[in-house]
Amino acid sequence: MSLEVLGISVLWLFLFGYVIVASIDFGAGFFNAYSVMIGKDHILSQVIKRYLSPVWEITNVFLVFFFVGIVGFFPQSAYYYGTILLVPVSISLILIAIRGSYYAFESYSAKSGHIGYKLMYGVTGLFIPASLSIVLTISEGGFVTIVKDQPHLEIAKLFTSPLTWSIVLLSVVAVLYISAVFLTWYGKRANDEHASDLMRKYALGWSIPLVASVIGIMVELKGHNPAHYENMLNLWWLFAMSGVLFIMTLILLGVKKKYGLAVILLVVQFGFAFFGYGISHYPYLLYPYLSVHDSFTNESMAIALVIAFIGGLVLLIPSLYLVMKWFVFDRDYACGKRNHHV
Amino acid sequence: MNDSAVFWSRALTELTLSFHIIYATIGVGIPLMIMIAQWVGIKNNDEHYLLLARRWARGFVITVAIGVVTGTAIGLQLSLLWPNFMELAGQIIALPLFMETFAFFVEAIFLGLYLYTWDRFKNPKRHLLLLVPVAIGASMSAVFITIVNAFMNAPQGFDIVDGELINIQPVLAMFNPAMPTKVAHVLVTSYMTAAFLLASIAAYRMLRGSAHVYHKKALYLLMKLGLVFSLAALVVGDFSGKYLAEYQPEKLAAAEWHFETEEDASLVLFGVLDGEDIKYAIKIPYALSVLAHNNPFAEVTGLDQFPKDEQPPLYIHYLFDVMVMIGTLLIVVAAVYVLGKWRNWQFVSSKLFKRVIVAGGPLALIAIEAGWWLAEVGRQPWILRGYMKTSEGATTSGQVDTMLILFAGLYIVLAIGSIIALIRMFRDNPIERELAEHKLVEGCEEP
Repeated sequence: MSLEVLGISVLWLFLFGYVIVASIDFGAGFFNAYSVMIGKDHILSQVIKRYLSPVWEITNVFLVFFFVGIVGFFPQSAYYYGTILLVPVSISLILIAIRGSYYAFESYSAKSGHIGYKLMYGVTGLFIPASLSIVLTISEGGFVTIVKDQPHLEIAKLFTSPLTWSIVLLSVVAVLYISAVFLTWYGKRANDEHASDLMRKYALGWSIPLVASVIGIMVELKGHNPAHYENMLNLWWLFAMSGVLFIMTLILLGVKKKYGLAVILLVVQFGFAFFGYGISHYPYLLYPYLSVHDSFTNESMAIALVIAFIGGLVLLIPSLYLVMKWFVFDRDYACGKRNHHV
Repeated sequence: MNDSAVFWSRALTELTLSFHIIYATIGVGIPLMIMIAQWVGIKNNDEHYLLLARRWARGFVITVAIGVVTGTAIGLQLSLLWPNFMELAGQIIALPLFMETFAFFVEAIFLGLYLYTWDRFKNPKRHLLLLVPVAIGASMSAVFITIVNAFMNAPQGFDIVDGELINIQPVLAMFNPAMPTKVAHVLVTSYMTAAFLLASIAAYRMLRGSAHVYHKKALYLLMKLGLVFSLAALVVGDFSGKYLAEYQPEKLAAAEWHFETEEDASLVLFGVLDGEDIKYAIKIPYALSVLAHNNPFAEVTGLDQFPKDEQPPLYIHYLFDVMVMIGTLLIVVAAVYVLGKWRNWQFVSSKLFKRVIVAGGPLALIAIEAGWWLAEVGRQPWILRGYMKTSEGATTSGQVDTMLILFAGLYIVLAIGSIIALIRMFRDNPIERELAEHKLVEGCEEP
């Protein structure tokens, strides 16, 4: 495997990590807000809070890792994407900043906040994936032109394209679906049957729009970027695997069995789809201007980054293992028997 | 090139950095303070120090949240506002940026572990162990990011031949000449600022009538730490002067209003400029030669050695003065307090002296801001000294001014939110009440 393929694979893996952990977080915020609105917050709030509290900061790090890594391995992407993404990414940043910090204010200061805060937390959780997903749309090409040697984003064209909106739709629906499946399991783990059952219904409910939005994207992509569409068809087996896993997850949820396995299947399902999409996108970072080959950094930097990455993993994996063991998989913590908050 | 985009990009970067650095400094310094307090508490079996650590940790969560989100902002803004710079620098200095994300990762993970496992362990030392990676991660984040900044000041580890970058050596780029003094300065001033900020709070509580021994212990511990770290900052500051004289003489010369290259150079404090004439200034004979070369008679390079368009703005002189004055004042305050406690001088317990200590925290933050403005403005017109000017590094986007307004709004919201959250946290749960509740739960006797 060449260094640039190794680099982009690792980054893509971390972006996938972000998609999963952030989806759980964003979706949880939305369900929490929704349950407040329909008066069922007593069912969900506790479970959601116990999961989110120790991990919210970690979620953010996955994103930072991805964008620092991409500038490191592919410095030219800083030039192209940096120039065109000023407005969309600034908006995402502001949403992330408000959401993250107000989460900390709310959960660590003595009083519990007000309903408006919960609603805002829920709504920003949907806007963030929507605004970040725009970057994927832009990468498909067709919205960037080179004017006087400078890349230029055609915002009007971007926002009137059905492709944009179908990707936005998928991002939001996927967030809700992933989160609902995860919380079904976590609720069960916390011995909270009500919460678990409510989330199970949401998960089943959101599975239908998920399928619809995926079909929508395929249709739009065929017209927008036929080459990419062709590549995706060549990788049909990855997407087929993803589809099979999706159905298996739904069956498990339907018969109310093995929610833990359902979560694993869900992650693998999205993994197949995410990597299927990524591989078919190869070699372009920004179609057709920027490919992983010509934007790649020099060899000595690449080797240094890979070594640093391996060293980093040696630190990270045991630390993440502790988080999992103490908060996510610890039954006593999940159901609230342990409360050792500072 | 788009002049207004350059201007607004500089403004937005300055705004983000000025805001972020407050929380970043606190974020680097406080974990060490918590660690020391908790260690003292465990060692002496003193509940007060344990509570000190616990309450600081609670407040720290709020500041770290802002540090994280504004750090994410500046991380992305580097590419959004300075795409040309990042495209070039990314090829040489991406390594420490990348390593910083791991330091940040470790810090974030262990902070979560530490916060949610209070009293979970039978052996309290094991809980304290969880804090060690937090403190190391926080400090290493500062080290790696400061290395990037040092590289901008003293780039090395590459060659440019016919406009092509060759011979890139990422590790050599990291260990550039600016790195040792800059990293050391950032670290010790962060610890120092954290100590004086927390001391400020303790002194404030005492002024407001709380006579609890908890605050006295806190204040004494913090002033000792403040003294150690401010003295360290003084030593490192002196080395920084020598670094500048050797590698960035134009920055030192502009900060000192040193126009002519000359021997026996005196250090100029305050004053105003009339052309190149300095008026109303305090001049300390030979001091600049000592600062630059450890030799009162040494020759110090002046601004006359640099073309006009490569000289930094002269107002950085005042930033230097502010930084140095505050640093010196804080050394004196901490030294007098520690000596006074030891020799039983009454006046260090007076209200007036406490007011001075209360002022110390905000003053330390002002010194941090002045120091960073000095460092950044003093590098102008370069973004990468000798290779790329700031104006060449900036974006060409026409929307930076709008983004500046949006981010200014964001920072106002974050500042207000964090202050309210902190005040509410501690006002609703004063130390007296927490101590009383603690006793009830644990049922232990008054010593």
